[in-house]
Order: sequence, then C-alpha cells, then structure tokens
Amino acid sequence: MLQSKSFVKKTKQGRVVKVVREHYLRDDIHCGAEICKVCQSSSVRLSSSASILIIDTNVVLHQIDLLENPAINNVIVLSVVLDEVRNRNMSVYNRMKALCTDAMKNFYVFSNEHHRDTYVKEMVGESPNDRNDRAIRFAARWYQSHLGEGTQILLITNDRENKRKAVEEGISAETIESYVRSLQQPNLLDLVVIPTSAVKEEIDDLRPLKRKAFYLEHKPMSEITSGLLHRIYHQGKLRVNRYNPFEAYVGSESIGDEIVIYGRVNMNRAFDEDVVAVELLPKDQWSGVKSFIAVDDDEDEEDDIHMVPSSADAPPRNTNVANGHSGSTPIISDRPVGRVIGIIKRNWDSYCGSLEPMPFPAGNGGAASALFVSKDRRIPKIRILTHQLGNLIDKRIIVTVDSWDCSSKYPSGHYVRTIGEIGDRDTESEVILIDNDINTRPFSVQVLACLPPLPWSLSVEDMANPHREDLRHLRVFSVDPPGCRDIDDALHCTTSANGNFEVGVHIADVTNFVYPGTPLDEEAAQRGTSVYLVEKRIDMLPKPLTEDICSLRADVERLAFSVIWEMTPNAEIISTKYTKSIIKSCAALSYIEAQARMDDSRMVDPVTTDLRNLNSLAKIMRQRRVDRGALTLASAEVKFQIDTETHDPLDIGMYQIREANQMIEEFMLAANVSVAEKILKHFPLCSLLRRHPTPTKEMLEPLVHTAASVGLDLDISTSKALADSLDHAVGDDPYFNKLIRILATRCMTQAVYFCSGDLAPAEFHHYGLASPLYTHFTSPIRRYADVMVHRLLAAALEIAKLPPVFLDGQRLTQLADNLNHRHRNAQMAGRASVELHTLIYFRKRPTDTEARIVKIKANGFIVFVPKFGIEGPVHLTAKGDKQGDWSVDAKGQTMTKAGTNTSYRTLQTVRIHLEVVEPQPHRPKLELTLI
Amino acid sequence: MEYVSSLTGFRFDGRRPNEMRQIRGEIGVLAKADGSALFEMGNTKVIAAVFGPREVQNKSQQIDNQALVRCEYSMANFSTGDRARKPKGDRNIISYSADHGSKYINTFDASFSGKNLKQIDIFLQVLQADGGTRSACINAATLALADAGIPMRDIVTSCSAGYLCSTPLLDLNYVEDSAGGPDVTVGLLVKMDKMTLLQVIALMPTFFFFCCCICFVLLFV
Repeated sequence: MLQSKSFVKKTKQGRVVKVVREHYLRDDIHCGAEICKVCQSSSVRLSSSASILIIDTNVVLHQIDLLENPAINNVIVLSVVLDEVRNRNMSVYNRMKALCTDAMKNFYVFSNEHHRDTYVKEMVGESPNDRNDRAIRFAARWYQSHLGEGTQILLITNDRENKRKAVEEGISAETIESYVRSLQQPNLLDLVVIPTSAVKEEIDDLRPLKRKAFYLEHKPMSEITSGLLHRIYHQGKLRVNRYNPFEAYVGSESIGDEIVIYGRVNMNRAFDEDVVAVELLPKDQWSGVKSFIAVDDDEDEEDDIHMVPSSADAPPRNTNVANGHSGSTPIISDRPVGRVIGIIKRNWDSYCGSLEPMPFPAGNGGAASALFVSKDRRIPKIRILTHQLGNLIDKRIIVTVDSWDCSSKYPSGHYVRTIGEIGDRDTESEVILIDNDINTRPFSVQVLACLPPLPWSLSVEDMANPHREDLRHLRVFSVDPPGCRDIDDALHCTTSANGNFEVGVHIADVTNFVYPGTPLDEEAAQRGTSVYLVEKRIDMLPKPLTEDICSLRADVERLAFSVIWEMTPNAEIISTKYTKSIIKSCAALSYIEAQARMDDSRMVDPVTTDLRNLNSLAKIMRQRRVDRGALTLASAEVKFQIDTETHDPLDIGMYQIREANQMIEEFMLAANVSVAEKILKHFPLCSLLRRHPTPTKEMLEPLVHTAASVGLDLDISTSKALADSLDHAVGDDPYFNKLIRILATRCMTQAVYFCSGDLAPAEFHHYGLASPLYTHFTSPIRRYADVMVHRLLAAALEIAKLPPVFLDGQRLTQLADNLNHRHRNAQMAGRASVELHTLIYFRKRPTDTEARIVKIKANGFIVFVPKFGIEGPVHLTAKGDKQGDWSVDAKGQTMTKAGTNTSYRTLQTVRIHLEVVEPQPHRPKLELTLI
Repeated sequence: MEYVSSLTGFRFDGRRPNEMRQIRGEIGVLAKADGSALFEMGNTKVIAAVFGPREVQNKSQQIDNQALVRCEYSMANFSTGDRARKPKGDRNIISYSADHGSKYINTFDASFSGKNLKQIDIFLQVLQADGGTRSACINAATLALADAGIPMRDIVTSCSAGYLCSTPLLDLNYVEDSAGGPDVTVGLLVKMDKMTLLQVIALMPTFFFFCCCICFVLLFV
C-alpha cells in the first residue's frame, strides 16, 4: 500500500521547498510477541509472562537511566517514538539503540509508521506532536486487539493529556512514577526523574526565603541567533578552569580571543564543554584578575556574592572578584570578560562523585533531598532526591543532570547507580574507568565464541598455507618490559655473506584469529585499545588471545606478520619484504636483561651478538632520524612498585629509559613507516595512517617565553631547529633538559589516526617523528588501529580480501575518530590511575622534596616534582588573605613580594612539602607547601 | 545518516534494501507518436515517444544495412520542483544521448534493415525526477518501442542500485541517490541473459566497481 507524504521545509539557504516522499505501508511487520499465533515467530522479543509496556517519547527522553535498569523489561519501542527521540537528543537515541539490540533486554522495535494497520494520517489542523501522540495510542490499541485480552498492554506516558485520552479510548495507561511504584522496588524510585515543576516546589518549601532567581533567564534561541549574526553575542565552547571552578573561558572565533567568565552567576548555569552564547561586559568591568588558583572550593562562600542584580538590564558587578578569593583592587585588563546569556548545546552527562555529608532527616524511608559533589571540580554540586540516603552517604555514586532552573542555585539530577565505598582503591579505580568511558564489562558469550578452541597449537593448514613462510629456523627473540605477558613484537638479525644484515620485525598475527565483522572484531573496534592502569590492565581482546594464542612467548610456535629488511651495516634499507610467517621465539627478554647482556663484554652467545648488532644499527637509524629533525619529547612517566599482597604502592619513581628500550622503539618505528608506505601505495584512499600536525607559532609561544626567562633562546622555525635547540638546552640542573622537553610536549597537539582519503598527502606528515608517513602496525594485541593496518597490509599483499569497512569512507572516518577518542581516554585513565596511587602512597608518607616552578599564577605557582612526576599548585597566600603582597611581572614569568627581595621565577628550583589533606570529606588531595 | 535503520531494517520510505519502488507503465499515451509510453518508478515519472522506422532525414547520415537511432532526452523544467535548475548544457544529456543511441543498435532486429525506412527517433522527457531517472527512461523507451511495433531481439529493462550504510540498496530514490554513495545502473536483456548497460558513478578504488556489480547481481537475481 502506498501513501504519499508531503511536507514543506526550509532549506539552509532559507528557501522554502515542498518535499514529496513516498511512504510504503506493509503487511509483513511482526508484532514480536511470544503468544501471538499470527505473526512469524523468528523475531520474537517479548515474553508473554508479564505485561507489555509501550513507552511514550517523553519517557524515553527523560527516563533513559531507568529504562536501562534490568527491572524494566518487555517493552515495545515504536518507530515514531524512536524518530522523535533521534530528532531531539542523539545521545539518548544511541543509548536507546543499544538497549534495543541488547540480548539481555526484551525491547522490541515496532515499525508502526510502516505497518498497514497502525499508520495514522495527519489530520487537518493537527500539530505533528498531537499526531505522534495519536499514533502511539493507535498502536497501543492495535496491540491490545491483536494480542487479545489475555495480555495486558500498558502505555507509559508522562504527558497528562496523552494519558487522559488513552484512558478515554480504553487503553490502560500509567505514568512512569506510578508504574515504578507498582514494581515495589524502592531503589528504582531514585532513578525516576521528577519533572522540574515538582522539584521546584520542593526547593521552595525548603528555602522559602530564597525564591528569588539566582541566575538570569536564558535568552530565547531566536534572539541568540540574531545576536550572533550581528556580533552582539559570541558563540563558543565553555571550558572551566581545572584549578578554579569559578572561572571559565570561551574560545570565540568572532573575537579571535578567549573570553573570560568569572563566577557562577556569569557562567549562568553553563557546564564545562557546553556550547554557549556570550555577551561581553562593558570594558570598565574587565577587571584584570590574573588567573587564580582557587584557594578552596568552598561553595558556601558563594551564597552572599552570587546574587543576580536587582534589575536584569544592569549587568552584574564583578562581585566575585571584589569580595571573593582575592580582595584585590580590580585592575582594568585587556582580556575580554563576558557572561553567558544562553546555552546553544548542552553537554550534560552523568558524573561520578559522592553525597555531601548532611544530617539525617527525621523519619527514614521518605524521599530526602541531598547535594551531590562531583569528583570533577569543574562540575557544580547537583541536587538529587533519594529514598535511600543511609545507603548512599558513604558511597561513590553516579548522578545525571536533568535540569537547571534559574531559580535554583544548583542543577537538579537523579541517582543512577552506586559504585562502591568511598576511598576504597577498587572503587576509585572504577571511578577513573567510568570517568573515561572505558568498557570494563567481561567479554560476552558471543565474543568468546569467536575464539579458537584451547589449547591452541599450530595446525597442519597453517603450515601448508602458501602465504605463510616458515621462519622457525630463525633466531627470533623478544624484548619487553619485565612481567609483560602480551608480547606482540619480536626481532631477529642475521648476517649475510656480503656483510649486510637481515633484520626482521615479527608482529603477532592477530588478524588470523580476529575476523572482520565478527562480534569479537566489533567489540575490539569499540574498545579501541587496551587500557593500562597502575595495578591492572583492561584488555581489548579476551585473555586467551592476548596472553596465549597471539603472545609471541619463548619456545612456542606462533603465527606472525613479519617485515624483513636487508640492511647495510650503515643501516640503509636495501629491500623490504612483508610476509605472514611461523616463528619460534628462543628468548623473551626484559629490557633490563637485554641491556645487561649487551653491556657484559664476556657474553658472546648468539643472542647477545644479535642484540649488539641490532643496537648498533638502531643507533645509526636513530641518529639519522634526529638529523632529519625528529624530536625527543619527554613526559612525566612514573613507575610504581606495587605490594603483591595489598596492591598498595611501595615505591614511586620516574620510569627509566635504557638503550634497549630505544633500540626496540627504533625498529618498531621503522616497521611502522615501511608498512605505512606499502599500504598507502596500494590503497591511496582508504589507508589508516597516523599523523602529528605541525604546531603553530602561537602554540609554542608559552614555551619560548618560559625558555627566554631563563636566558634560553629556542628556535621554533622547523622541527629540526627546535630539536637542536632542545638538545642545547642544558642547565646546571640535571632535570632541566627533561623539564623543557616536557613543556615542549605539552605545547603540541596529539598525534591522531586518520583515513588517507580524508586529507591531502601534504598533511600526512608526522611532526614529532619527522616522517612523511606513519602508521601503527606493531601492537595489534593492544591497539585496534594495528589490527586494521594488518588487514590493509594483508590485502595489499593479496593474501586476504579487503574487508568492506575500508570501502565505506564515512564509516572509516568514524572508526578512526573512535580510535582517537579511545586512545585519549586510555591515556587520561592511565594518568588518573597514577594520580590515585600517588595519593595512596603519600597518605602514609608525608615527604619533603625538590620541585621546579613551571607556571606563575597571581597567588602562587604550579610546580613539577621530577622525582615523582607530580604536578600541582603551591599557594603563597593563605585563604582570604590579601594577595597584594605579591606582584607578577608583565610576561608572567617572575613574582616578587613587595618590599622584600623574595622572588620566584619559572623553572626555579624550590623545596616543597608533600602531604595528603582532606579539606572536604571524601575529596582527599595532595597538598604542596613551600618550605 | 542512517539510510537503513539498524533496528528495523527499513529504508526511509519503508522499503527493505532489496525492494523496488512501485512501478507503473502505460502505453499509447500520445496519439501522434508511432509508439509512446508513460513509465513511473515511485515518484519518478517519464514519458517516451517513438517515431519510425521512417526514412533517414539527413541522407549523409545514412549507412547501408544499418539503422539510425536518434535519441533526445530532456528533463522538464518543473521535474525537480526547483525552477532554478537549467536543463540545457547538463552533462547528463550529452552522455545520455550517446548512451541511448549506441545501446539500441544491437537490440533491434535486423529484419527491417532491408527497407529504406531506417531511422528511429526516441524522445524522452522526465516529468518528475526522484532518483533513477536513467533507469526509468530506458524502461519507458522499451515500452514505447514495443508500442510502435519495432521488432527487437529482446526487451531492455533497467534498474539502479547503490551502497549506503554498508548495505546494498536496490532502486535508489532521490534522497538515497544524493547521499554520495556509489551508484550503479544496469540494463539487461532478460531473455538473452545479457547486459547492455553498466554504468557506475562513484569516487572509489577501482576494484570497488566489482563489489558494486556483485551486489547488484545479488539483489537482482
């Protein structure tokens, strides 16, 4: 049956066009219910035991956390609801999609819009909203008559009008609250989002005196759009200062500068990463407050100073600055200061944290209102209603924001779930993982079903495979960090008769076990990378693959993908060969062992000789790379010694880099470059490569200023020049060079994966490695990018067919973006884990140590402790003290105390005291004080 | 964009990936032409008029023992609902005329080649465009030729297919056609089991062409 759909729409250029589309109605859409005798049974998702729920759009949009709870089941999701959700909120739509495909949940998507009996035509004068509501009711009624009276169809809607009409039409309908109440699980009630109006009443009851608006009303969208067009308002993403949650910046393209926003009132309910519209304040209010380190995040201070001015026309005085943390006389500065007048795109998420300690309300069991304090200081406190206060008070919980009314000081949200006891190491680790959106769920049955049967051993087919070369006769060995169990690379080196070397890099052949399109592959693509925390590892692939089947362990036969070069003693590559292979590693060495072997001149066994040969080649290759302008960058990598029993850190120190590390790194880089060239030659449009953009002058400016303040002249014209001047930057201080390198690293953007079809070849350049092409090939066990590159290389060698995903440009770009996102999150999680363990370590051991100043602020400075790799603020003025004693010079490189000779400048060495303090309950932090 | 819903498996208009739009054909719609047909594929609507076989008008074009087929293709100004679009000088027209002209030569039966009546004129006009105009034109022309009673070895039929959201899709409409995915149009001689047209428009690696063909064959057969 054919229906024609026609509507009028406005294009981006502002023209009005009439769109006519076909709309086919079908008779082959099944109802998905188990008891139905008419419909095909293959697509059954709904069991007959309980009543069947049909949910309205508003329920999906607002109660998605509740829907994700296992207690809510047997749900029909109508396609009209899904379409509406997709138009309103993409992230909810994606979560809904995940729910509908989840095998554990019985969510059935019913295409009511294309079903011949449930399609409703828009009536004259009916709004699209009303039409959709009618479609939902119509579908509910169809289900009831289709399945008969034996099954209860329950329409869940929070729309009063819709519910009334449904009841009139003889459909049983309930609101989400009453339905959840009928389930009799009090915990579930916390997940229900109460509409804003109800919350407001409650708050008004609690604080009758403060009914006044805390914040200015947001301007309507139409006004914002026209304001942006006339350049009265400026659009940008709000970023809240990590050290001071009352200060935020909005990077605006229309001004070409960052607009500073002081105080919660001026931020006007915007969260970190929200896209906001900002209005500039008059110039005389651009008080020149240098960036502060918030002395304490005591939000109660706000009560007096964060009030909206009596008239909406008068912009608020900069009260926060005048009475707040500084007390300094405002100086007019040239940095634009503004305030948020509207929010264009919200970035509300769920947050980890804990409840603020509070006295128990009289009478247990009822709903209590509590304040939630996020672990992330940039997030304001969130008001939630809970029925289980006693349970939650000492737990880490997850809370989602629902709304923020201008008459309430805090946003209101609802409880999602509990993670565990506060302060418990496992809980805190989990918090880190959740914060970085890392999937820690065990692998599903479908994924595990893709694994080859264990114990795995080399099969006859593998040996007979003409594409697989038998390299078992070669003396292959691996060098990795001590205790490494997922060994994905091994090397060999032999001398030819003509004096040349044959060097091979052998990488675990993961793609031999992970086929494209399988659940295993999809899971790995979604995880993107393994995550390394201090005390544990979250694998990208299931353990049997990572630690056994793929791991190139010593004395077992393993499948590998090999890159073999013929090299002259001068490390010139004469020829490159790529092949799948069978290898048998003869030794799995650690870096320390390998180094010791090379250093011990008495050892002359074949493996040691190979190591020495490789090392001499690596040194030449490294030198050549440095000559080309590769940068040696540094990061503050820290290593813990962990107690095997308690898993508490015993010792902490900087990670030591040996020659052996550099040797392995060199050959891995070379293999990656060789593979990048090969795959790009065969697939110029769909190769996955890695690039590192050249930093702009502006990005490197802070580095140059800092260096200049200590009399160091950095040449940043090319990467080569920068590398040379970094090499020459040697002070008396042994850490000086490293510190400069760390600062240089921070100025640069991260390297990213990309699809070669998306960019011009000139942009493929990897700045840090000074290589025109680069990719990741050498760690397929722990990075999905490498798995993709393996497939590309296999297709280039015509061993295997290219998986279809590489032909879908959009999909490939999406995959690359996901890999970048996962990679960044994994790094952040790693760092957060180090921070957590540092905290645990210093909890029992207050320490005095040396530190270097890296950045001067108005009331203190940020120091870096090289020994432990810690960075943190040091306050020179106590809380509430006048800041006036200290003045900072124009370039912000030195600070001097008035009337004395005491001054501090960047890169200066200071002695500090490290101690863990707990200024607020459940937020222990490492405090650094000057001695 | 999700051109095929991952949850229901339906396309925007409610079709499954391997389903065509509704087709409708009518012959003899123009009284003056020797043969004519109106053909619809969904919202795409094409009219075809055939004149001939008649004497070759321009004698210099006459080739012995061969028929001359002229094909003129045009899109009505109102066909896209967007008046700004100018049909003249459109790249499509040139390639269309060339295509159609050469394509039919082999299709016609040689039975009329002995006579002097050797010119066939085909006029195609797109009345409403909603994707797949090329296929609709070929189908309309076939109907009109049959209506004119011109002997043919076989009936030429045509349909397009594309590849979006990692799914092969049959018979793209305008929305799907303008999504930027690869797109293949195939003309088939059904009884003779031969292909007369294979046209691919896409930015893609060469071997992808084969994937397109394969997906088409899978869908069509």
